[in-house]
Parts: sequence; structure tokens; C-alpha cells
Amino acid sequence: MSAARTEANAGGRWLGAYVLAYLVFLYLPILLIPLFSFNDSIQAAFPLHGFTLQWYATLYGNPALSGALANSLVIGTIAASGATLCGITVSYMDLYGSSPLAAAISAIARLPILIPGVIVGISLLILVNLVGFGPSRIAIVLGHILVALPTTVVVMRSRFAAIPKTIREAALDLGASDWTTFRRVMLPLSLPAVLSAFMLAFLTSFDEFIVVFFLAGTEPTLPLYIWSQLRFPRSLPTVMALGTAILVVSFIIAALAEFLRHRGLGTARRAAAANPA
Amino acid sequence: MSTIAAGQSLPESRSSPAFRFAMLLPGGLVTFFLILFALGLVLFLAFRGNDGSLLGAGLTVANFATVASDPLYWTVTLRSLVIAGLVTLATVVTAYPVAYYLAFHAGRRRGLLLFLVTLPFWTSYLLRVFAWKIVLAYNGVLNSALIESGIWSEPTLAFLNTPAAVVVTLAHAYAPFAILPIYVALDTIPKSLLEAASDLGAKPFTSFRRVVLPNSMPGVLAAALVVFVPTVGDYVTPAMVGGPASTMIGSLIQSEFGKANDWPFGAALSVCVMLVILCVVLVARGADRRFGSRT
Repeated sequence: MSAARTEANAGGRWLGAYVLAYLVFLYLPILLIPLFSFNDSIQAAFPLHGFTLQWYATLYGNPALSGALANSLVIGTIAASGATLCGITVSYMDLYGSSPLAAAISAIARLPILIPGVIVGISLLILVNLVGFGPSRIAIVLGHILVALPTTVVVMRSRFAAIPKTIREAALDLGASDWTTFRRVMLPLSLPAVLSAFMLAFLTSFDEFIVVFFLAGTEPTLPLYIWSQLRFPRSLPTVMALGTAILVVSFIIAALAEFLRHRGLGTARRAAAANPA
Repeated sequence: MSTIAAGQSLPESRSSPAFRFAMLLPGGLVTFFLILFALGLVLFLAFRGNDGSLLGAGLTVANFATVASDPLYWTVTLRSLVIAGLVTLATVVTAYPVAYYLAFHAGRRRGLLLFLVTLPFWTSYLLRVFAWKIVLAYNGVLNSALIESGIWSEPTLAFLNTPAAVVVTLAHAYAPFAILPIYVALDTIPKSLLEAASDLGAKPFTSFRRVVLPNSMPGVLAAALVVFVPTVGDYVTPAMVGGPASTMIGSLIQSEFGKANDWPFGAALSVCVMLVILCVVLVARGADRRFGSRT
């Protein structure tokens, strides 16, 4: 028995070393972007040429860039609100609606995972042209609601499922209407997950490139601006400075979303413990 | 709209029709209009001829005939399948030990490690691909590092613009997708199964091969699917690091809706891709059932 345990521990150590190497592989290419954004050279190559902040300075006073940033922020906020609203209602009705239609909607809402982005992009391109407004900011918002929908549905569904059934039943037994139960009991209990879903949907939209490529009109989003700059070797360091800023913001928002998702679960369990059935 | 109103309330739910309607409306609109109707449009357009108008003209199978008869499309489809297959294999095989460590060995560090492996998932896909471009370029990071350290004397063109560059870049970009499904499958294996195996005298490797691996297959298949689907239709990575020898089916679809401007033909290509994915999903589902799905 002890021999087996020693063997397992040795195996665990080897696995631990592998996981470390895996994390290095995962992060090293990404971390090259901030590294070379401070390098005093047009080219991203060794040896390093000394520290500079000049590439960050070029980000200021660039109207095309600030326009794209504003665009991305507005689109991200609206698309994330839409995707979160859909995620809440779809998963709530899937769990408590007890209707085949609600279950079907929930299944279809998670379908975009099984559709390559290029096909989501062209199908919406055909749709928005048919409807009449064509490639535009509205088209991008619709595309990003679709891309973020599986995430918001999964986050909200696991959250609603973690709330003990007795809480909702108690509210209904005490005479609360469906609407009151949803708005006064279930929604407040899942508020951290709502915020988490919103942030993750915002990030999805903010970083999305594959679908937005087909749906953008004359006003690009930030990833499209980066794509347009990649043609010019001279703007490479500026792209790396901008990329660094985007990475930092993404890391912070993702960390906050993750924190909220886990913190929220504790609150629901405590609420259940305080109200034993 | 009538489909939404058709939702009947079952006897045990006392919910008001207005509440149900309001709650089903946003999701119903998005799923039926933006997903099903939009995909239906692609299917419809695939059977139309290109006359320059939005929805084409006539009713024809000419687009599919061209796809089937021109060897170019067979080559590109086959290449996309091989690249996506290699990427899927590489991501799943490299992710499995990480998921295994998370499920059985991570202890107190589990939360932190889970966070670290999922974090890149939420960073820009474009930036992750761009990072590989600066790594593999002729005057890029890898070449300059090899010369600086004296391993090579001349920079090489051999890294960038190859199908291998596409495989490495995609495998890195989609790595975070694979870990979570496998981890969930491993984590939900009842611990009593493992104890039973060891009590009955199974060596650690035997119990891994006969108990853990078969029980984690649903997670492995789910991971393979979420990596395969976006990679088989990818067009950004081939354009960025692949060069002309790595054109994938997604690149062709993109150009039919862009420069080539033949939407019905691009729609037909999209339908073919969806059929390929449908086959893969059905195979995966069949395999999932064989391993006894727990999901």
C-alpha cells in the first residue's frame, strides 16, 4: 500500500512538472507581445534593444484607434446586455418552464458551439442584407449576441441549477407570482452569476474577430483595426502596445468574472442552509 | 411568433401566459430568427444560381456539382480535415494529463490552476495568432533566438507559411478549450470505482487503462468536438501564418463572400462543411454511447 502511494506521489510530481511546462507553452507566446511592446526596435526579434514607452505614446491622439475603441465598447456593452438577458430567460425557462419549447430554445441557443464562426458570419451577413440594414453596428451586435449566447446560457443554467429547489417552491407556496418569484427571489440570488455572464459576454464581443469580419460596415471594431494595421510592418510595435493594453484589460475582466462566479455559489448555499426545508 | 405562443403550460405549473411569453420571447427570437432562419437562408442560397442579386436566381444543384467535380475543393477539404484532425489530436492528447492532474493531484492548487488554464480562453484569438506570427517570422523571435544562441547561423524561412505553422498555432489557440470537458469527466468519476479497482488488485496503470480512461471518454469526445468545429472552418490562422499552401475550406468560403463574390457558391461550400461536422458529431455521439454516456 505504501509502495503504491509512493509511486502515485512520484507520478504526481512528474505530472506536476508537465503541467508547469504546459502552462509555459500556453503563456509564453502571449507574453512575447508585452515584452516586445517595450522594446526599442521596429522588429520583434532578439537581442532586445532597450526599454522604451514610445509605442504606447503612439496610441494617444490616434482618431482611427479611439474610434474603433469607442465602437468596441458600445457594441460590447449592448451585445453583452442582450446575450445576458437571453441567457437568463432561456436557462430559467429551460429549468422551470416545463415546456418542450423552452427546452428546444435552450438546446438551439447552445448550437452555435457546433457552427464554425465563418458560417455564423456569412449566415448573418445574408440575413442582415435581406432585412435591409446590411453590414453595420446593429449587424455586429446581433452577431455578438449569437457568439456569446452559449456562454451566458451555460453560466446562468449552472447557477440556477445550484439554487436549492425549495427556495423557489417556498416563494410560490407563500403566494408569490411567477414574476415576483423570478424578480425578487431567483434573480437576486443569482446576481453574481448575472454579472459574471455579462462580463464574459462583453469580453467575447470585445475580442471577437471571425464573425465581425463579415458584419462590419464603415466603422471597425478594435480587432478589425488591429487586422488592418497588420499589413504595415512599421505599425507592428504599435499593434503590440495596443495588444498589451487589450490583454491586461481582458485578464482583469476575466479574473473578476471568475471571482464572481465562485463567490456567488457560496451565498446560495448559505441561503439554503439558513432556510432548511 | 405563433411558435412561441404555442408553448402550453402543464398542469403543475401555475405560471401566467404573459410571464411565459415574456420569458420565452428574447431567446425565441434569437434562436429561431438569428440561428435557424439564418442557417435556413444559407441552405436556400446554396441551391440558387449566382446572378448578382442577394438571393440568387433559379433552383439548381450546379454549386454542389462544381464542388464535387473540381479536384481543388477535394484537396482543400481534405487538407482542412487533416489539419483540424491533427490539431484536435494534439490538443486533446496534451490536455489530458493536465486535466488528470487537476482532477486527482492538484489539491489546494486546483482552483488557481483551473483559473490559469482557462484564462487564455478569454483573451483575443487574433492576438494569440498574431503572437505566433512574430514567433515564426523570418526576422522573428524564434529565428533570432536560435542565431543569438549560436545554434543556427542563418535565419530560415522554414517556419512561417507552412501547414505545420497552422497546426501549431491552432493547437495553441484552442488548447484551453480541451482541458475543461476532460477535467469535468474525470472529476465526476465516482471515487469508489477507483478504490474498488485498487482493492481488487489492479495496478495503477491497469486501473487507469480499464477504469479511468473509458469513464473519461465522454469528456474526451466533447473536448475533441469543441476543438474540431472551430478549427475546421478557420480562415484567420491560414491567412496569417499559413501561406498559399495551407488554404483551408474557411478561407474559400470567406473569399466567395468577399473578393470572389459568388454567395450561392460560398453557401454551398458552407453546407458541405456543416454536413462534414454533422457526420463528425454523429460519429462522436455513437462513440459516446458505446462508452456509456453520463451526460
